[in-house]
Amino acid sequence: MKQNEDIRLMKGNEAMAEAAIQAGMDAYFGYPITPQSEVLEYLTREMPNRNFLALQAESEVASINMVYGAAGAGARVMTSSSSPGWSLMQEGVSYIASAQLPCLLVNVNRGGPGLGTIQPSQGDYFQATKGGGHGDYRLIVLAPNSVQEMADFVFLGFELADKYRNPVLMLSDGAIGQMMERVIFHNREINKIPKPWATTGKTPDRERSIITSLFIQPEKMEKVNLELLKKYEAIEKNEIRYEEIMTEDAEYLFVAYGLSARISHKVIQLAREKGIKAGLLRPITLWPFPAPVLNKLADKVKGMFVVELNAGQMIEDVRLAVNGKVKVEHYGRMGGIIPSPEEVEEQFEKFIKTL
Amino acid sequence: MDNKELTTPQCIVDGEDTYDLVFEKSHVMTDTRLHYCPGCGHSVAHQILAEVIQELGIQDNVVGVAPVGCSVFAYDYLHIDWQEAAHGRATAVATGIKRCLPDRYVFTYQGDGDLAAIGTGETIHCVNRGENIMIIFINNGVYGMTSGQMAPTSLEGMKTTTSPYGRDVHKMGYPIKVSELVAPLPGAFYVTRQTVHTPNAVRKTKKAIENGFKYQKLGKGTSFIEIVSNCPSNWKMTPVQSNQFIENEMLKYYPVGDIKVPSKEDLKELVK
Ligand SMILES: Cc1ncc(C[n+]2csc(CCOP(=O)(O)OP(=O)(O)O)c2C)c(N)n1
Ligand code: SF4
Ligand SMILES: [Mg+2]
Repeated sequence: MKQNEDIRLMKGNEAMAEAAIQAGMDAYFGYPITPQSEVLEYLTREMPNRNFLALQAESEVASINMVYGAAGAGARVMTSSSSPGWSLMQEGVSYIASAQLPCLLVNVNRGGPGLGTIQPSQGDYFQATKGGGHGDYRLIVLAPNSVQEMADFVFLGFELADKYRNPVLMLSDGAIGQMMERVIFHNREINKIPKPWATTGKTPDRERSIITSLFIQPEKMEKVNLELLKKYEAIEKNEIRYEEIMTEDAEYLFVAYGLSARISHKVIQLAREKGIKAGLLRPITLWPFPAPVLNKLADKVKGMFVVELNAGQMIEDVRLAVNGKVKVEHYGRMGGIIPSPEEVEEQFEKFIKTL
Repeated sequence: MDNKELTTPQCIVDGEDTYDLVFEKSHVMTDTRLHYCPGCGHSVAHQILAEVIQELGIQDNVVGVAPVGCSVFAYDYLHIDWQEAAHGRATAVATGIKRCLPDRYVFTYQGDGDLAAIGTGETIHCVNRGENIMIIFINNGVYGMTSGQMAPTSLEGMKTTTSPYGRDVHKMGYPIKVSELVAPLPGAFYVTRQTVHTPNAVRKTKKAIENGFKYQKLGKGTSFIEIVSNCPSNWKMTPVQSNQFIENEMLKYYPVGDIKVPSKEDLKELVK
């Protein structure tokens, strides 16, 4: 063990909570919902000995608005929830995006629609990547596929949020949030940038800070829209993250994120044992989506197979990315059912016969 | 005569008469022209709020929260740091601010639709946690901004655009007395109901706001200051008639006075 390493066996949700403390989070506001209640539990347990605030709000509506207030006051702030609670937050998320407040939001995705199931799902992909709340805005969306990444993406999330003054969403799921794995905490240096725009009291040395999402004159609103658009373009240019596995010689490409990517990784190994050259592209940022990489890979492969725990959502982005160059098919299970690698492999073999 | 000339001591009018400056607009008020309708209580409430902030010398240390309602533009008028909040969520936003900046003075400025309908949950729980903030509650018995719909505080029989035949309390619910509702909560430190329709009432309201700021230093809970106000435009009255309506109708149902006051013991540290 290296000197600066701290290795633990933890649930994804707990690793995320621990990482938040280590990342210098000032405040967390949340409301219990399965499968992520461990976050608030862990934080309230740790709070007396460590320097941060964790507060149980009366609802997700309240927690997201507490996040708004705290972020506007310059704090490093976070909330987490699961699908129904995440839906409830959307008005607040839209305000936060418009007022350009940095914060880390987490949705540990469970099956829906409605109250649905507490089992893992990727059914909130559209909601995470296409908006969710009203108006033209974007979240930076990070998709972890391990307990380690649930911890690592907290650090990354806070940094990206500050860098772009934009909310960052970590889109995990009930399996990664609940499962226990080895996780390493590196003793990291924490960078906190100054936030002169925060409402900390108008001292004579500066103009007053106004945190608002109200731009009632159309000309002003459009100016803000354009400013946001410019920022989103910069994020698309700089922040696309993905992982390529066995793509160099791949004839067929799996595209999957999070838990589905873990399953797909196993499937490409099974396929290769049979002599089928399969590879995997795992988007790490769901927005910005690694479309340029997929478009290039489309020149090399014969077809793409998108595996998701939903009825087919990310496949729309994959199809847009390859723009008709190759056939793209989807396989997914819903309701919290996790398909076995063998099941997926069987479907994949059916797919490649159609090419 | 522009604002600057008006507020310059010893101004000369008409080239001959000299006047001593006896009253000055608070410098916490910006020069932006208020958008409120003539006679609206929001303007008065803003001005006394600005005066108190100036007199207490806390301009550097205040953060205001204005949610959706006619006063959503409050940040244009008071020269302090502000956050605009979603409809009903001001107390949650203020909680986020105060918890991260405990030594700042934090207040919300909310209408009745905001605080007593869509944001009731946030109101109750903010006070129940005893958040160390001041809630200023402008009760004008109507949704001003959206042009005159029924509010939870609209009086029985009151005609609004969504109770065109008058508020039928059996079908539409009773006007809700929020001050009385929050006062019993242990987190409520100071609860008072004031109004702004006469000079005397304005003075008392100003005192209440001053208390609401001062008490934050004690860290003992929420100050809740209800201001019974008017909405001449949507009440379809002249400003004078609307003030008479406050006196004759609103105050009958929403009587003015302190509902919960801190004990002498509670205030001991303040005197020190
Ligand atoms: C979620 C949401 N619902 C509805 C509205 C529309 N809306 C804006 S202000 C308002 C009522 C304001 O009334 P009140 O809080 O009493 O303030 P007043 O204008 O009377 O001072 C409503 C319903 C909104 N902005 N957001
Ligand atoms: S609509 Fe009513 S509350 Fe709004 S500014 Fe006019 S008088 Fe005041
Ligand atoms: Mg009102």
